[in-house]
Amino acid sequence: MAGKLQKIRSLEVDGITKRFPGVLACDSISLKVGENEVLALVGENGAGKTTLMNILMGLYQPDEGSIRINGQEVRFKTPNDAYAAGIGMVHQHFMLVPNMTVAENVALGAPDFHRFMRLDLAGARKRIQEISEKFSLPVQPDAYIWQLSVGEQQRVELVKTLCFGARFLILDEPTSALTPQETDELIVLLKRMSAEMSIVFISHKLAEVTAVSNKVAILRHGRVVFSGSTSEQTPASLAALMTGHEVNLPVNNCCEECGEEFFSVRNVRAKSDRGFYALDGIDFSIHKGEILGLAGVSGNGQRELAEVIAGLRSVESGSIGMPGFELTNKSPREIINSGLGYIPEDRNTEGIVPSFSIKENLVLKDFASDEFSAGPFLNLKKQEANAEKLKESFDIRCPSVATAAGSLSGGNIQKVILARELARNPKVLVAVYPTRGLDMGAEEFIHKSLLEMRARGTAILLISEELDEIMNLADRVAVIYKGKILKILPSHQATRRSLGLLMAGITENAPGAER
Amino acid sequence: MKPSPRILYIALVSLAAAVAAIGIAAIVLAILGANVFDTFKVILTEPLKDIFGITEILVRAIPLILVGLGIAISFRSGILNIGAEGQILMGIIAAAATAIALPGLPKIVLLPIVFLAGALGGAVWGAIAGYLRAVLGVNEILSTVMLNYIAAQLYGFLLRGPMIDPAELQTGSGTPQSVRLPRSAWIDRIIPGTRLHWGIAVALVLAVLVYILLWRTTWGFKMRAAGAGAKAARYGGIKVEQCLLMAMVLAGAFAGLAGAVEVTGVHRRAIEGISSGYGFSGIVVALFGGLHPAGIVPSAFFFGLLLIGADMTQRMMSIPANMVLVLQGAVILSIISAKMVINDPYAFDKFSRALSRRRKKDESGKTTGETA
Repeated sequence: MAGKLQKIRSLEVDGITKRFPGVLACDSISLKVGENEVLALVGENGAGKTTLMNILMGLYQPDEGSIRINGQEVRFKTPNDAYAAGIGMVHQHFMLVPNMTVAENVALGAPDFHRFMRLDLAGARKRIQEISEKFSLPVQPDAYIWQLSVGEQQRVELVKTLCFGARFLILDEPTSALTPQETDELIVLLKRMSAEMSIVFISHKLAEVTAVSNKVAILRHGRVVFSGSTSEQTPASLAALMTGHEVNLPVNNCCEECGEEFFSVRNVRAKSDRGFYALDGIDFSIHKGEILGLAGVSGNGQRELAEVIAGLRSVESGSIGMPGFELTNKSPREIINSGLGYIPEDRNTEGIVPSFSIKENLVLKDFASDEFSAGPFLNLKKQEANAEKLKESFDIRCPSVATAAGSLSGGNIQKVILARELARNPKVLVAVYPTRGLDMGAEEFIHKSLLEMRARGTAILLISEELDEIMNLADRVAVIYKGKILKILPSHQATRRSLGLLMAGITENAPGAER
Repeated sequence: MKPSPRILYIALVSLAAAVAAIGIAAIVLAILGANVFDTFKVILTEPLKDIFGITEILVRAIPLILVGLGIAISFRSGILNIGAEGQILMGIIAAAATAIALPGLPKIVLLPIVFLAGALGGAVWGAIAGYLRAVLGVNEILSTVMLNYIAAQLYGFLLRGPMIDPAELQTGSGTPQSVRLPRSAWIDRIIPGTRLHWGIAVALVLAVLVYILLWRTTWGFKMRAAGAGAKAARYGGIKVEQCLLMAMVLAGAFAGLAGAVEVTGVHRRAIEGISSGYGFSGIVVALFGGLHPAGIVPSAFFFGLLLIGADMTQRMMSIPANMVLVLQGAVILSIISAKMVINDPYAFDKFSRALSRRRKKDESGKTTGETA
């Protein structure tokens, strides 16, 4: 027990190398985290951040290199070894059982609360209370997880990790599901906690990195390309270091009048898979050459809205339409033919057929059109030519257009989808989380493409949880909360704060709005 | 020139799978007290020794190709048709009834009608499962297996009742079989004195047509997309349910046609046990052939060889012919395991690193060569 409570003054990784099939995920990475430091680990997707942390947690074994705690070499064969040494990790996707209480979740994971055939819930409750007082982390031990908001669940994850005896915290993209207000609270909390322990903070949101960390390490292609003090860096300089080149995310700054109103959703109600009204009277319209950003914490009806528009979910009441064409409850085929483009949320299963080649995926909507077929027969030559052309103009990086699309990286898969949809010259484009999980290079490309479509007069609905993305691209911003549009405002009037409050369901005239 | 690690890896895993399949069969044979080596020798070489053996292999291969093609269409479209056995029987009933009802027509007219009737019988049986899956979401494995039982009982009932040869009733022997089909419904034999008939040509032509259907037509594109990624297909405007139904209709039609060809080409009357497990062996043939017509044809010949070889071991080595079922099972297990291993990137990575280490060692041992 005495060894267990020993403080972790330094943690070093030295020359860690890890290979996966065809990739060098970590290429002799050396890092040091000192006492009470917050180290931000940044890098694009696939840079090796998560692999490195999984090695630290004993989930993977390094091929080469060593880990030292307080100068002594350690070897973690399983996550339990890492926990025993005092290292705790909060994963990006919460590891909580929704239909159990907080205390049950904590006791479940900690062997010291395991009794014969039962859990020592009283002990767990006491430990939770101690921890939450010590770190000012308010948590109700007897609340069920499903009753808690995402921000509260995050606190439970933190408390749980601390209850396991963690004295060194690793947080993997902790803010990805939080509202801006919850993010701010988390940053304050982490700063307070850093007085007690060292923290590794994985993120690619650079504003948060500069706000919370005092040291920063940047990974690119499995190597540390920069490591130093955060105070000398700005988000822009970090972005350049991260991608290896100057990144200029394009901004929509032409605020001239858009074209006529073109696409409208009127008072639409639709049920979710679980039978409640996920869309409860959604009402908005988009003009020609306008990007309407739909902000909101995911799970507030965005998915259902996109499906309703694409014809994949039935509308109970209300209407969706373009001039001269009523989309409500039409088949996906009819809606596609009417000129609707769609970038789905789950690009790997909804956007592409993974085992199909790139050229087949590029004609997934048009293989039977006059251009790509003759009677019942496919025109494979045209398919090939089309693929070569789009590969060129959309810079799809692939060995050949006959490669299975599922073997490409996320960014290139998204380019395949984008190429297919944009080549069809849609009149209306619905883009659902188009840059989720993509690196900044791919993000830049997709943002540029969306603005180009806007300039060509397409009406675009951009569903996103990234406020920066919405504020950079949108002409107007709508906020969705529990299946309703709370407010639509011109984007130059929108601030992170005002949107954040709306995303949490707080409208300005409601009591407590200025909390 | 050294082979690429990928090819070497696939070759080695396939070899290991073959050894495993043979090994399992060898163990079973050893338990039966047989001479393992001789038994394999009889199975694999004896049928090829004379024209009789070779033609019989082809006779078995015809229904296997036809069923296998239908299975490939359904599996590629994302619906697992286990009901070929029942669909064959329905095809036989429809084909035999049509042929018996229209004895006066000339062969050139009657045979195509009989084939169509057989295909239709199987298609209807397949369509039931397809409809249940597409509209009501009933698991097709469950429904096709159950439909097999219904078809088997219906077949037995018809051969004992309404369709029984009146001669059987007169003589009182009561063998459950139909009357002989009219001669105008017989497929001609290619080589007199053997049972090899022109159904083989039908099967080979259809293999080409199935390839064209699946890879060269818009319908094939739709069906393969629905099978490989139903969600993406739906987002792309493809009516996935329609594709599932279509795939089951086609798979049933192929099995029904296999029944029609078998009854008009080999037995010339509907008898019991005519399908002799072709509906299940056809699944193995299709999987072994990689669900591709170019693989299914040779795969059907190979399983035809196994079937005849097993018959011969029964006669020559007194090993039960059902041993071939054990061999089939072992083959399925090893194919599936080999596929898992081949598609496992981690195992392949380990292999290629071990390989490059060995090659480096070899080279530094010999001369100061370049690294691989």
